[in-house]
Amino acid sequence: MAHRKGSETVIMRSLLGRARGLGSAQSGVGHWWAQRMTAMALVLLSVWFIFSAMHLAGQPRAVVLAWAGAPMTATLLLALVLATFHHMQLGLQVVIEDYVHANQARLATLLVMKAVVALLAIAAVIAVLKLAFAG
Amino acid sequence: MTDVREALMISRKSDGTPVRRPLSPHLQIYKPQITSTLSIMHRFSGIALSFGTLLLVWWLVAAAASDAAYAGVSWFIRTPIGWLLLFGWSVALWFHFCNGIRHLFWDFGYGMDAQLLDAPEHLPEVHASGKAVLIATAVLTVLTWFVVVVF
Repeated sequence: MAHRKGSETVIMRSLLGRARGLGSAQSGVGHWWAQRMTAMALVLLSVWFIFSAMHLAGQPRAVVLAWAGAPMTATLLLALVLATFHHMQLGLQVVIEDYVHANQARLATLLVMKAVVALLAIAAVIAVLKLAFAG
Repeated sequence: MTDVREALMISRKSDGTPVRRPLSPHLQIYKPQITSTLSIMHRFSGIALSFGTLLLVWWLVAAAASDAAYAGVSWFIRTPIGWLLLFGWSVALWFHFCNGIRHLFWDFGYGMDAQLLDAPEHLPEVHASGKAVLIATAVLTVLTWFVVVVF
């Protein structure tokens, strides 16, 4: 917050507050920024995954194992899984905050959603790692 | 009172009688426009894709687990419900993908001029890009399934 006083600008916030730049919500643009960064990563990763899924459609498990066992595949799959679930919980958080108004219900819904997303993400990571190291 | 914000809704008329302040017009007041419709669809497709990750996780875990588990997920995908879910998933993904790129352009400050290419006869850019998103979604979805079915 700043206002003009003659020719000098008077900053009303403390220096520590300005340096942190977090504002009254204490989170700054972290949520917004993370959503955009994961979105840009997912533009590339989802195209790669859709092409891969199209190749794997109807193939036996052995083909999937050979594909997922390659280090490059495992790397991209992990990136895809992490970006997807991070982007997903950021988006679902906004939806819940918009529509669940009562404080306790909102907090409970957010915690359950984050727990479920975390478990799904961990299950996917474990699966990708198992495929990577077994292959 | 369920919410402290309720206190802000209470006011008085000029004769002193208490009155509940009017809310600003909500969704049902406005005529549907491509901008608002696609905004709602972006949210819906995001929620749908969140549920769609269940299928992704099932597929990955089954592939990592055993032949029997993989046969299970392969069977499910081939049921009519499985096909329908996969098709819906592909539509939601391509739409969210295309509209998400539209959002990213806006975040960089592009695509919000009053007319496309500054020509007065053209649509506002947000309308033109909205139509482009719908066309691209249809083309990419058809192309994806064409390749899967034919090759």
